[in-house]
Amino acid sequence: MALPQRKQDATDARLEGVMLPEGPAWLTKARKAALGRVAAVGLPARRDEYWRFTDPTTLTDAAAITADVLEVEEDPEFSGADALRVVFVDGVFDEGASDDLSAAGVTITRLAQAQDLTWAADLLGTLEERGQQPVERPLAALTTATATDGLLIHVTGQAGMIHLRYDRKDAGADVALHHVVKLDAGAVVTLLESGAGAARFASNMEVDVADGAAFHHVRAQGRDHGRRMNTHTFARIGAEATFKSFTLSVNGALTRNDCIMEILGDDATAHVAGACVGDGEDFHHDDTVFITHDAVGCESRQVFKKVLRNGAVGVFQGKILVKHGAQKTDGYQISQSLLLDGDSQFLAKPELEIYADDVACSHGSTSGAIDEDALFYLRSRGVPEKTATTLLTLSFLAEALQEIADESLADDLRDRLAGWLDRHQH
Amino acid sequence: MLEIKGLKVDLEDEDKSILKGVDLTVPAGKVHAIMGPNGSGKSTLSYVLSGKDGYEVTGGTATLDGVDLLEMEPEERAAAGLFLAFQYPVEIPGVGNMTFLRTAVNAQRKARGQEELSAGDFLKEVRAKAKDLQIDAEMLKRPVNVGFSGGEKKRNEILQMAMLEPKMCILDETDSGLDVDAMKLVADGVNALRSEGRSFLVITHYQRLLDHIKPDVVHIMANGRIIKTGGPELALEVENNGYADLMAEEA
Repeated sequence: MALPQRKQDATDARLEGVMLPEGPAWLTKARKAALGRVAAVGLPARRDEYWRFTDPTTLTDAAAITADVLEVEEDPEFSGADALRVVFVDGVFDEGASDDLSAAGVTITRLAQAQDLTWAADLLGTLEERGQQPVERPLAALTTATATDGLLIHVTGQAGMIHLRYDRKDAGADVALHHVVKLDAGAVVTLLESGAGAARFASNMEVDVADGAAFHHVRAQGRDHGRRMNTHTFARIGAEATFKSFTLSVNGALTRNDCIMEILGDDATAHVAGACVGDGEDFHHDDTVFITHDAVGCESRQVFKKVLRNGAVGVFQGKILVKHGAQKTDGYQISQSLLLDGDSQFLAKPELEIYADDVACSHGSTSGAIDEDALFYLRSRGVPEKTATTLLTLSFLAEALQEIADESLADDLRDRLAGWLDRHQH
Repeated sequence: MLEIKGLKVDLEDEDKSILKGVDLTVPAGKVHAIMGPNGSGKSTLSYVLSGKDGYEVTGGTATLDGVDLLEMEPEERAAAGLFLAFQYPVEIPGVGNMTFLRTAVNAQRKARGQEELSAGDFLKEVRAKAKDLQIDAEMLKRPVNVGFSGGEKKRNEILQMAMLEPKMCILDETDSGLDVDAMKLVADGVNALRSEGRSFLVITHYQRLLDHIKPDVVHIMANGRIIKTGGPELALEVENNGYADLMAEEA
């Protein structure tokens, strides 16, 4: 079927300049196939169902964008964590700043250095491709095609933490990274990501969680203001396996985080959560989640909280699809915004599509202001209004932060949120 | 200590008069009680004194040690030494009770130009005071009032009072929702705080609480005014005869 002319033109313009990175034959094949997926459906446009609330133009434009690099005094997120550190500066691997890529229970290979790696050849691009149905995700395919680097992580046992840090130096970098994580049966790993990454940053992470394995993911997307980012997380989850992901977003002109999870084994757990804080009209933050239950007795949770002020915009699109036969599914979804003034906006689209008859699925979405009774209670104890507002905002965000299993990681992010709220008192 | 003269208050949204000229003086070191039927304006008085939004003062004054309360923000009134124990303490998920207490104590100290309490000193003090009120370490760690029973919430109010050391304490129906044992525990906590420099205004429906917290003076409030003032025996009279007689007298 022919694409609408405007979409065809925009897609042609973007793909014209695309040069696929060098690599082994299997990788080139995967990249070409991904590029084919982009060409077939075209790049996203405002009229597409899942882009009605978020204008993708600055993510799809051929022209690069610039964003000032924010100088901050504090240490990068998760600096205190005992983790194997891998640093990318504007998307380029920084060997000097990174640890040696070897650790117990895991083998790590850079995408840019990958040669014959059967497991990666079998997996790379496949979860992204599965995730194109029933909703097209052309930006993810574009990232698969163009990513210049990333990590191929094979977790074979009890691995420790791996921390991917995305630093910035260049105000104009346009970056795509692609990570693949394969957890063998019973394997365990915690993956941390931090930093704004680039002026325009695209990243994919395909995560294959085998039976009984556990994948923990905690991410903080930096504090830079002008940057634009689109990320896709694709997870395939096996029986009795666990997948848990949390994302903190602070500032940023545009953030679109897609999380696509497919539960294929019985009694599995899939949790995805996020907190964001934005101040001003140049903040637009979009969480888009799609969870497919295709097994018996599984539990999924989506918990998203957004604090918005001065014209900031938050978007949540979350879908739970329970397939025929996925009995005893327990699906929970909550998305809430705290609007600190009358200028900000929260747009939510919760969706449930259920084909099994013995399931419990609940969803809720709210928008509200600071609770006046709680504010008065705190002030009556002598807490000044601004401090009280900060405390109540942290109180609002607490439910999302509780989704982080590791308390020291949660504390790290909570402190940063408190710092942001202190800086943004009005 | 607390001096209220001719206080008139309307509900902001409804243009409805609630307090119609309240006169009340609580001297230092004294315990005064206010009793009255539902809708007499007792809780409104406590909210107006502590600075809650939604009320419009249309006449009269309220001062604490000569300082005009009504012009101040709620946090300034607290720093000046006013404390309201809430009838319905508010639950605040995600904020630890300790964090809340320490923020409040240090905010008041700062407002008064005193040095903030160190973490160690604060901890020592809060543990000692919590123990007297049978508040365990677990309750201190939990989010403010979340999952607390009615009795725990009220004990938590008294703990805040003990930590903040106010000059003027207003207790708004602190006995509501408490069984006999819980009421005794709360009353003991209040009695332990009685001192020459500290005054109490105890708002209650029932005489029962006043068996435990013995007042010096009892006021009867009805229809937005103090209609009668007397000694502790006035509370007993209300307990036996209800408010109807007193209100008829007034009319």
